Amino acid sequence: MSSTSNTTTIGTIGAPSRRNTELALLVFAVIIPVFAYINVGLAKEDTVPAGVLGYALGLGLLAGVAHLVVRKWAPYADPLMLPIATLLNGLGLVFIWRLDQEPQITTPQLGGAMAPGQLMWSTLGVALFLGVLIFLKDHRVLQRYTYISMVVALVLLILPVFFPARFGARIWITIPGVGSLQPGEFAKIIIAIFFAGYLMVKRDALALASRRFMGLYLPRGRDLGPILVIWALSLMILVFETDLGTSLLFFGLFVIMLYVATERTSWIVFGLLLSGAGAVAVATFESHVQTRVHNWLNPLELLNGGVTETAQAMYSFGSGGILGSGLGQGYSRLIGGIAPKSDYILATVGEELGLAGVMAILLLYGLLIERGIRTALAARDPFGKLLAVGLAGAFALQVFVVAGGVTGLIPLTGMTMPFLAQGGSSVIANWALVAILLRISDTARRPAPAPAPSTDAEMTQVVRP
Amino acid sequence: MNKPLRRVAIFCGLLVLALLVRVNWVQFVQADELKNDKHNRRVAIERYSIPRGNIIVGDKAVTGSTTTDSGDFKYKRTYKDGPMWAPVTGYASQAFDANQLEKLYDPILTGTDDKLFFSRTVDMFTGEKQQGGDVVTTLDAKAQKAAYDGLKGKKGAVAAINPETGAILALASAPSYDPSSFAGMSDDDAKAYNGLLKKNNADDPMLNRALRQTYPPGSTFKVVTAAAALENGLYTDIDAKTDSPLPWTLPDTRIPLPNEGNIPCENASLREALRWSCNTVFGKISADLGNKKMIEEADKFGFNKEHFTPVRAEASVYPEDNRPQNAMAGIGQASNRATPLQMAMVASAVANGGTLMKPYMVDKLVAPNLNVIQQEQPEKLSEPLKPENAQKLQDMMETVVKTGTGTNAQIPGVTVGGKTGTAQHGENNKDNPYAWFISYAKTDKGTPVAVAVVIEGSDTLRGDIAGGKLAAPIAKAVMEAVVNGNK
Repeated sequence: MSSTSNTTTIGTIGAPSRRNTELALLVFAVIIPVFAYINVGLAKEDTVPAGVLGYALGLGLLAGVAHLVVRKWAPYADPLMLPIATLLNGLGLVFIWRLDQEPQITTPQLGGAMAPGQLMWSTLGVALFLGVLIFLKDHRVLQRYTYISMVVALVLLILPVFFPARFGARIWITIPGVGSLQPGEFAKIIIAIFFAGYLMVKRDALALASRRFMGLYLPRGRDLGPILVIWALSLMILVFETDLGTSLLFFGLFVIMLYVATERTSWIVFGLLLSGAGAVAVATFESHVQTRVHNWLNPLELLNGGVTETAQAMYSFGSGGILGSGLGQGYSRLIGGIAPKSDYILATVGEELGLAGVMAILLLYGLLIERGIRTALAARDPFGKLLAVGLAGAFALQVFVVAGGVTGLIPLTGMTMPFLAQGGSSVIANWALVAILLRISDTARRPAPAPAPSTDAEMTQVVRP
Repeated sequence: MNKPLRRVAIFCGLLVLALLVRVNWVQFVQADELKNDKHNRRVAIERYSIPRGNIIVGDKAVTGSTTTDSGDFKYKRTYKDGPMWAPVTGYASQAFDANQLEKLYDPILTGTDDKLFFSRTVDMFTGEKQQGGDVVTTLDAKAQKAAYDGLKGKKGAVAAINPETGAILALASAPSYDPSSFAGMSDDDAKAYNGLLKKNNADDPMLNRALRQTYPPGSTFKVVTAAAALENGLYTDIDAKTDSPLPWTLPDTRIPLPNEGNIPCENASLREALRWSCNTVFGKISADLGNKKMIEEADKFGFNKEHFTPVRAEASVYPEDNRPQNAMAGIGQASNRATPLQMAMVASAVANGGTLMKPYMVDKLVAPNLNVIQQEQPEKLSEPLKPENAQKLQDMMETVVKTGTGTNAQIPGVTVGGKTGTAQHGENNKDNPYAWFISYAKTDKGTPVAVAVVIEGSDTLRGDIAGGKLAAPIAKAVMEAVVNGNK
């Protein structure tokens, strides 16, 4: 007998919603960045920074409102994701504000102070988060927009080609009066929606209609079509937009979702073969990629007698050591330009919070990713499962590609550290991503509605003759 | 779909794990290497984040620090009498690294040296900021000034040593440079620095001629040749006639070795030969002893190896050579090359009764709290002469100053021994000769100074008179400064 139909004295008992756990964690997620903020102020100016009250109130308000909305509109959602996102976003704001204190990289040419802008984008991000939770009552609605998503995603991915390259990559579109947007960040969510919808319909065909050959299931030619199209597309992004990160993310995401949908290892083999072939082919004629690989293999090499960004980032990590120099006391600004605030923000974490801090941040990301996949496991409908694993996978790939690139594990690709790095598109898109995951997890964990009382369930009366 | 989902979860876990392993590798295993990489600007930032300790001569610091408001660095190095002390201090520049004492004692001066561990730990508890220690040199400010003033307008170098201890008293090089001029990192500093580089400045002012430049030592090397003759028993009585025909032909050739001018060199005694600087006599000694014995004696005086004072001094060279070349090397020509420091060591070994002390220029290192953390002790390097032979050689060198080519170095009331030299160089001697003078001064209290002077002669003067005329007065001034200072 399920607990929901237990109607003795206390009334209906639901599954634990864990909203109070979330609230308790949120308190930490707000307090830690506030302390970090005070710490920077003390290190730089020997005084508690004047803005601390405003910052604490702002972050607390954002977290509080988000919590209330989750409590009301997604009461059974995962309790960990919102606090982790809040903590990362809050710390990111502190790091950006901290780097704003360095006059050398906060000149008007470099866009000046960026923390206020980032705070505004974060607020917009949280607003979008709230919007998704309030208006998206059921994630399965998204299934209706499978093919529209495809079109939108393609437009978003292709659009930057028509805008001039900035910082060596064509990943921006500039809207007069609004500023620059990185459509790739939004594309990753929309593509996950398209893949989830598409694969849910085609998974049986892809999985079953195949011949067995040398232990692998070879897909039929016509099923192979979509994967080849996507492969070609990701290569085109790489060639025309010189954006290694998005191309990798895009293709990796597709392979993961395909694998989950079909349960066929052969798709992974194909995926790896194709991406390998693509990477080699592009690398042979694309100097951009060659440079990245060269820098990766020779991180400390001098360029024109000067130290490269790659080397500066390595020095930051090395100088941070195990415990770091302390917030506000590092020299990650030596990386130069606005890079320390965006792509290289992890180097600041590495130098000022040390190995301990970087590991903590990486574990926070790991936790968020695994909560996403757990949501996929718990989801009851295939669309929800695919969408959740797609979003979590995209997030994981992005974290890996950026953090791996900055620490020199893999060649560097220009992408932003979700929530931490400066960038409006990124922070808004990631808040939306978390919102969708929360919506799926709410649906997954929501107790089944109590069955309507049925006369059949009553004791059968035995009629004696 | 849950089975592949679990695998994806593991895959994502592995991605995060790979990142964790990588940051451990970078921030734990590689950390020290990256932290101290010479291109890591943090090293320089730390170096100039506090006022550096000072380099001290006598009781006065010849360096200082001033605050700057430019860029990364809080403090900038300043120098008092920069050009005069540059061959001793070297430079410490925000943009162009450091050299010599500034570089060698960087950890002490910045206060990061392990020897300062105790003082650092105390500072940590008392909340004091990290401070740099001081480097106290052995130099004599008056001698240095005499040397530097003497070189004014000329190109050359002076090295003076205390023969009894090996302590370096003067180390001057001209033309010199002011390390203050590029201690910062502004465009002006860069301009000043580039203007001093050898490729942009024919005078090469940043060359430390006293330690790093080797010259043919010319006739001053005859002191070593005479020492070899005495030590090997070729001649024992310095006033007895030697077996020295005139003209004398270089062995295995038909080329006669000329003397400078018409001087009495035929069968001249060692004393007379040194007094008049007879090429024939000393050329023949070198030839008679042979290359091997000559190298042996030169090595005992310190030739053929680098000396660390602790600033590195270039190795002087007495070469392995054929017979005629060896005879030429015996009079300080051919491939024979010596640094001014080396020739000062020759004079000091003779003056110190045949014992050569290891030259050094840092007396002690002092912690910020004035505790001495390292004290240098005089150290014997070798014994190139027996005491009685040293006595004979002193006799000869004193004759040179009394009545020979070195009369310009006489100091009233002080016994001075010396030897002039004029080294020819360039193809067919077409370049200006180098004027040399090496000497020592003795008082009734001891032998406080030996000095070597070399002038890259702008004069066209030939003959030993050049060494006596150009170099001897400078040597005299340096010796006087030391002797008077000791009174």
